[in-house]
Amino acid sequence: MLDQLKTTEAPATFTGNRGLELEEPLLFDIGRDDATGVDIEEPAPFASCLGGLEREAPVALPGLSEPETLRHYVRLSRKNYSIDGGIYPLGSCTMKHNPRLNEKMARLAGFADIHPLQPQSTVQGALEVMEQLTHWLLTLTNMEALALSPKAGAHGESCGLMAIKSAIAARGESATRKTVLVPQSAHGTNPASAALLGFELRAIPTGADGILHAEAVEPLLGPDVAAIMLTNPNTCGLFERDIAKIAKMVRDAGGYFYCDGANFNAIAGLARPGDFGVDAMHINLHKTFSTPHGGGGPGAGPVVLSARLAPFAPAPLLIREDGGLRLKEDVRGTQGFGRITAFHGQMGMFTRALAYMLAHGADGLAQASRDAVLSANYVRAKLRDMMTAPFGDRPCMHEVLFDDAWLAGTGVTTLDFAKAMIDEGFHPMTVYFPLVAHGAMLIEPTESESKASLDLFIATLRRLGERALRGDEAAFRAAPLHAPRRRLDETLAARKPVLRRTQGAA
Amino acid sequence: MRYHPLSNADRDEMRRAIGVADIAELFADMPGGVVEKFDLPRGKSEIEVERHLARLAAKNIAASQAPFFVGAGAYRHHVPASVDHLIQRSEFLTSYTPYQPEISQGTLQYLFEFQTQVATLAGMEIANASMYDGSTGCAEAMLMAHRITKRRKALLSGGLHPQYAEVARTVARLAGDEIMTLAPDVTAAEDLIAQIDDSLSCVIVQTPDFFGNLRDLRAVADACHRHGALLIAAFTEAVSLGLLTSPGAMGADIVVGEGQSIGNALNFGGPYVGLFATRQEFLRQMPGRLCGETVDAEGRRGYVLTLSTREQHIRRDKATSNICTNSGLCALAFSIHMTLLGGAGLARLARVNHANAVALRDMLTQVEGVEVLNKSFFNEFTVRVRGDAAALVERLAARGVLAGVPVSRLLPGAGLDDLLLLASTEMNTDEDRATLVAELKGAL
Amino acid sequence: MTATRFTTDHEYVRVDGDIGVVGVTDYAQSQLGDIVFIELPSVGKKIAKGEQLATIESVKAASELFSPVSGEVVEVNGELDTSPALVNEDPLGAGWFVKLRLSEPDELADLLDEDAYQTHVNTL
Repeated sequence: MLDQLKTTEAPATFTGNRGLELEEPLLFDIGRDDATGVDIEEPAPFASCLGGLEREAPVALPGLSEPETLRHYVRLSRKNYSIDGGIYPLGSCTMKHNPRLNEKMARLAGFADIHPLQPQSTVQGALEVMEQLTHWLLTLTNMEALALSPKAGAHGESCGLMAIKSAIAARGESATRKTVLVPQSAHGTNPASAALLGFELRAIPTGADGILHAEAVEPLLGPDVAAIMLTNPNTCGLFERDIAKIAKMVRDAGGYFYCDGANFNAIAGLARPGDFGVDAMHINLHKTFSTPHGGGGPGAGPVVLSARLAPFAPAPLLIREDGGLRLKEDVRGTQGFGRITAFHGQMGMFTRALAYMLAHGADGLAQASRDAVLSANYVRAKLRDMMTAPFGDRPCMHEVLFDDAWLAGTGVTTLDFAKAMIDEGFHPMTVYFPLVAHGAMLIEPTESESKASLDLFIATLRRLGERALRGDEAAFRAAPLHAPRRRLDETLAARKPVLRRTQGAA
Repeated sequence: MRYHPLSNADRDEMRRAIGVADIAELFADMPGGVVEKFDLPRGKSEIEVERHLARLAAKNIAASQAPFFVGAGAYRHHVPASVDHLIQRSEFLTSYTPYQPEISQGTLQYLFEFQTQVATLAGMEIANASMYDGSTGCAEAMLMAHRITKRRKALLSGGLHPQYAEVARTVARLAGDEIMTLAPDVTAAEDLIAQIDDSLSCVIVQTPDFFGNLRDLRAVADACHRHGALLIAAFTEAVSLGLLTSPGAMGADIVVGEGQSIGNALNFGGPYVGLFATRQEFLRQMPGRLCGETVDAEGRRGYVLTLSTREQHIRRDKATSNICTNSGLCALAFSIHMTLLGGAGLARLARVNHANAVALRDMLTQVEGVEVLNKSFFNEFTVRVRGDAAALVERLAARGVLAGVPVSRLLPGAGLDDLLLLASTEMNTDEDRATLVAELKGAL
Repeated sequence: MTATRFTTDHEYVRVDGDIGVVGVTDYAQSQLGDIVFIELPSVGKKIAKGEQLATIESVKAASELFSPVSGEVVEVNGELDTSPALVNEDPLGAGWFVKLRLSEPDELADLLDEDAYQTHVNTL
């Protein structure tokens, strides 16, 4: 019966299209070797200077004319969900509105059309953007220095841990301080980043109330601990009440405190991580500061550093001197730990984030955080009678965590529930993260949703929940029915990976 | 505030539903409470934000405002208007990572096309869905070689972009691995093969190299393989792949480089897009996202992110890498531009680039105090100038000409202060070249 | 005589003389879901009891297989490379992982027999 649940009652069409829902073939099935959307005049004959390394075979890739190209990508775009199109309640991702002004500003020729290695005297305006962004981030966090170059949050984690590892080496304690403490609820990038740098991981158990307690952390500390990596608010959406206490304990034990800044949207403009004793924290500009997610990237993850880690910041360092700004690119002779990327960082994201900050101001940022927390608690308040929370019902920050205990016995899994949301026109919330909740459902509405949008979202989840509890299992397992594709066979994709079109293949 | 849809009436109602009188109650767990004042300005209107940023933008000399010959790892090319228009479509710009594939087939299909394009250009069997940039991709390639060979020592050619080398050295040092970098190799004269032995996991060679020289990697590839090491071929100018023998055809095991030249503006250094390709047999050791083909419940072809068990969100401390992002929108821009060009178009574009560089080289041979050092090059070469190259570049910049990159900027204290890198793409006109030559004559 | 012993972590070893065939039980494969890849050790590797023997990947997870006994790897199941699904379909038969030459046969006494293992599974 499940297999017979078809997407629509209407008869199949000749094209496979359904009105405005259009199928689009692969580029390699419609492109042609001789087609092009760019007119380039062949240069006049000249004596080339390629050292005998001119390619013999032509580049076996097809092209398309301009109109065909537009059509191909426009049709592809229409198969995507996007924030502009609907709520993205993804916990831990902060899918807020991406202001269009930011796109316009980033595309000003004076920002987009400048080369990172032009003489620095010719790019003082760009360096001022970096300086102003630095000022905003340091003021918001009450930290001492900013490493601007990390290209994403995880890259920022590597950067912060590298600074910590270097600080430990400077104290002569590399041989002993080799362990990093990470909560079980941590995002996977945290242990991955630590492991890449050769640290051993030790897990901190999450308390029954979903937060860390200083008494639980204390026995784990010792002269072998290099650092603790915490997220605050944590990945369960809860503020770590003991954070300042834990930070002090770690510092007293000679360790450093790395804070994953993914959840900064709960407290930006309201609280300063530096006040909690953070030594390093990456800030996801693509989360808290609205730079667009772009279907998976690019991101940006600059890292704020405490006074004791500031000396170890990587190249380049932005310095104001002689009435101008300069990027110091050579950190030899300093304690800077080196370089983590070519050039200076994600300038395109800096401009967008600065535009966002200027538009909001301190007052606007505080309002955004308050609305984010308000919205998440509103969702919690309206659904707590139906959905179960792993740590009991209590106020959350900018995201609310439910588990799948309330679905027990229905045959409907968190995954099934998520797929049913798709048919209702919603992108599902974050599922199966954090790992400390069984069948986790982490909802982060952000401050960008109207009340009407939140109310519809809540009402839909309630309706779906009621159907699940009534035993409508089969419908959930069949979902989604209305998306451009039904559920895809991920097992097949992993067992028989096909990662490209091969020449000559159909 | 214009980005916040909630009204005060909404907030009141929501607080009532939650059961709090004041929003501050929801922040009760914060030690020290709410910080009331920040030394930051109040929010600005859109007009004010534009004014503020436009003023800063105007302080920079854009590439379009001056004869422009700056390269050294990022290149000024023409990006067709369609590219930037398409990447700004809401469904591309404001979508998330395609973890729910049923409603992300747009992203997933273009990633599949991108992977095919990258692998084809590199002459390799498979490619991933992009890295942050060429330099971080290069460091990841090194770590991948360590995992595959179970050795932890890398050898870097003296022709590798100095910042790529610095990144690799930083990663190696902090991960506790060994690394050796040969001296800056201005004329591609280094004897790399003599340095290859059984202790190495990989050798990293760039072509076209930092100084613009074109290198035949075949002999190095053979030497690597004889010693059980991998050859990692790096590049910073993706357009060169349209005209030159592919690194894969020369025996590379991993090909990694910067894709900015195709589809992406200079953007003062970022965001860029790392291209990463390798052999099928190394698939499970590859970092970064991968998009694969499959079918849905109705048997229709579709695409999904696959082999996620390599990645951090599943493998955590045993992951191949900590990467959680690709350079999605930049990869899309690359792919759209590549589609508009087609393979034949890319080759033609590459020929124009090379022709322009040859024309510039020919003109420079007439300039006293300038000596072109390269025997081969694609669209960039090294010149030795009389005196200090950095001072020369500053003087010409003050006169409105962006005359390349002094090598000392990236290799300070290496005794190479009289060397200058000049790049010449399809964007340079005869007039640009004439101006550069005239200014050089005047300055030297 | 062939005897099969089990661990509480759902590995089994089927012993014939001094060779033990090691794999995961039906309960394990049902918990793991569709298996997509198995990473096996090389022939000749010496493994201690409790040491990691293999890695099992399903679509959404990767798990380690720890050896129930000590020994030397004398054969690995080459079929699993192209058909990892065998572990789901026939875990005690065609879905075997490795054959070990047992170095400490006394270890078998510490493992569960079939009845004890079934009792254990029933409590889960």
